[in-house]
Amino acid sequence: MKTNQIVNRSSASRWVTWSAFAVLLIIAPKIFHQGASLSLLSQIGTLMIFGLSFNMLLGQGGMLSFGHAVYSGLGAFFAIHAMNLAADGSFSIPVTLIPLVGGIAGMFFGVLFGYVTTKKSGTTFSMITLGMVELVFASSLMFPKFFGGEGGISTNRVIGKAFFGITYGPQIEVYYLIAFWLFICTIAMFAFTHTPLGRMINAVRDNPERAEFIGYDTQWVRYLTLILSAFFAGIAGGLSAINFEIVTAENVSAIRSGAVLLFSFIGGIGYFFGPLIGAVVGVFLTVMLSDFTKAWQLYLGIFFILIVMYAPGGLAGIWVANYRMVKFGKLRQIWPSLWKMILSGLLIFSGLVLSIEMLYQRSLGLDQGPEVTLFGIAFNCLANSSWLIAGALCLAGIGIFSVSRAAFTSVWNSAVSEIESAILKGYE
Amino acid sequence: MEFTLITLLNGVSYGLLLFMLSSGLTLIFSMMGVLNFAHASFYMIGAYFAAMLSAHFGFWTALVAAPLLVGVLGALVERYGLRTVHKYGHIPELLFTFGLSYVIVEVVQLIWGRASIPYPIPASLDGPLFTLYTTTFPIYRGFIMLVAVAMLISIYLLLTKTRIGLIIQAALTHPDAVEALGHNVPRVFMLVFGGGCALAGLAGVVGGNAFVTEPGMAATLGSIIFVVVVVGGMGSLAGAFVASLLIGILQTFAVALDYSLSTVLQMVGVVMNVSSPLYALFSLTISQIAPVMPYFLLVLILIFRPRGLLGTREG
Repeated sequence: MKTNQIVNRSSASRWVTWSAFAVLLIIAPKIFHQGASLSLLSQIGTLMIFGLSFNMLLGQGGMLSFGHAVYSGLGAFFAIHAMNLAADGSFSIPVTLIPLVGGIAGMFFGVLFGYVTTKKSGTTFSMITLGMVELVFASSLMFPKFFGGEGGISTNRVIGKAFFGITYGPQIEVYYLIAFWLFICTIAMFAFTHTPLGRMINAVRDNPERAEFIGYDTQWVRYLTLILSAFFAGIAGGLSAINFEIVTAENVSAIRSGAVLLFSFIGGIGYFFGPLIGAVVGVFLTVMLSDFTKAWQLYLGIFFILIVMYAPGGLAGIWVANYRMVKFGKLRQIWPSLWKMILSGLLIFSGLVLSIEMLYQRSLGLDQGPEVTLFGIAFNCLANSSWLIAGALCLAGIGIFSVSRAAFTSVWNSAVSEIESAILKGYE
Repeated sequence: MEFTLITLLNGVSYGLLLFMLSSGLTLIFSMMGVLNFAHASFYMIGAYFAAMLSAHFGFWTALVAAPLLVGVLGALVERYGLRTVHKYGHIPELLFTFGLSYVIVEVVQLIWGRASIPYPIPASLDGPLFTLYTTTFPIYRGFIMLVAVAMLISIYLLLTKTRIGLIIQAALTHPDAVEALGHNVPRVFMLVFGGGCALAGLAGVVGGNAFVTEPGMAATLGSIIFVVVVVGGMGSLAGAFVASLLIGILQTFAVALDYSLSTVLQMVGVVMNVSSPLYALFSLTISQIAPVMPYFLLVLILIFRPRGLLGTREG
């Protein structure tokens, strides 16, 4: 898991990147203005902060956490209580700064829990975080007064006097609040990767033994990183409390923690911007795909396994590799074998989707009739012919894949080595 | 007295069931360094296979065949999944099994539906084993204990007395040397993974009808067995045994006890009511905090004895 960031990028191009990011955040609601897209954009923004904070642990520190939702969830609970107190008038804070309450709460629990979890690294760390999230989740049901039991805690975000006309009543104002915090947090987390601590956590990830030998306490480095990561996770939690106006025990659950792990990894943990892609994909999968099919969690799981097995760099990794091919003019060279791979992938994909949908219809949805409509064609899930079609699609895909795979690998690898030698020449 | 003995027996049988699960997990971890997140999913598959098989061929066939089928499934997962990921390191292996646990739950729901399926205790094992004062102890709980102890003894004999066991033990510490001697280490790993999954499958066969066979059963035990493995000491089979019994007994006792801190305070003459500070904390009964206890134990162990009860290495 290497970070492929180019450190010595000129400051001019960095200005361009960040300005483009800011512009994109500002004009996004103008581009996507249909129905629920504003709410989707708000969710994506929150998940982006959460995913980036998760990647501070996994991507930069090699710490696989199964319990990151503890920090965002507890941050969300403190944020929502702060809002309720502000509504009572017993505590005075503008809504704009509520995410900070979440952040500080997240940080506090990072200090508390992180002391125990960061005692270990590697797989043991993962197990302890899993135990921690179960501990917090089970405790949350024990204290209904603070956590609201099964129903959760709800609030109203329109509190206090309007500030320059901003009440946070309309969704668009909430979106811009999230976009504002997203921009600040992204800059802060990117800056973190360039601090001495950010560099040391990379060293601790790659070779803890040598890091100890040059005089660093690896546990302390992991601990400090976790505290900072918990702070940003808490901010994400506070924003989600404002956005949804409700926080339930599910916010601190292992399910929520698993989701951020899935999405960040799919996005690509080896790249700083990977979790940003992951958040977009994640929200689309959970919100859009679940409208289309009951099997969306199965697709998500299979997609995740395929990424782990064949593209450990995630979508960001796939994008970077192909972008480099295009940039160095190698597309013409690899295209003759690339299209076969894409074709076989599409064939396997459609065969698999067809059989999964028909299986679901057979086991869970037969009362709505045996028809499954896919790609505009109706398939009868009880007829042998539809199963033959699905099987034939899969087999054809697998056949093409296994025949053309070796050729593709050799063409791809030779193109990569040509690019690498070209880059080396450029340095000389 | 009666309460103590019966609860102790129930605790031991629950603990032994936990051990059947955690032993496979520990074996796989100590051999391959792989933490099998999907271990409890194989337990669930074992229960579903057993429910299907026992409906057609009877319980005793299922007791033998279901773990073997789960073992074959596990070996296939190792051969075609884990081995591909192995070159990236241990964290991607863990991620792979994490993804697998997602997929298995969905596939189980796809095949058998979202509700629980019928898997009755066989008639020959149904009924009371003995009566202690006034409480009866069911035969089936005794049977679970018997299966677990038989399994423990056979793993021990297999690992220490047979040729394949010695190769497995050698491959654990010196894979390169074992490979140089002409043994196929990847195949040994495949066998170990399959064997560990088969043990989980066996636990599923006996646990599936003692509890309920439903898609949520993997999630209920999944995180507890990780706690067992960490508390016992990563990779220590004996530690897993002690920790399983400890957690089994602890949880069974806790569920049955209805005392809280405020009861204790009442004994010394301090009466608390709803308006007292920290009332929510003091009024929690032990049975209410029972679900949290294993995780609390985990935290305590990590603070005071980071290598686990019987662990030898600092991980």
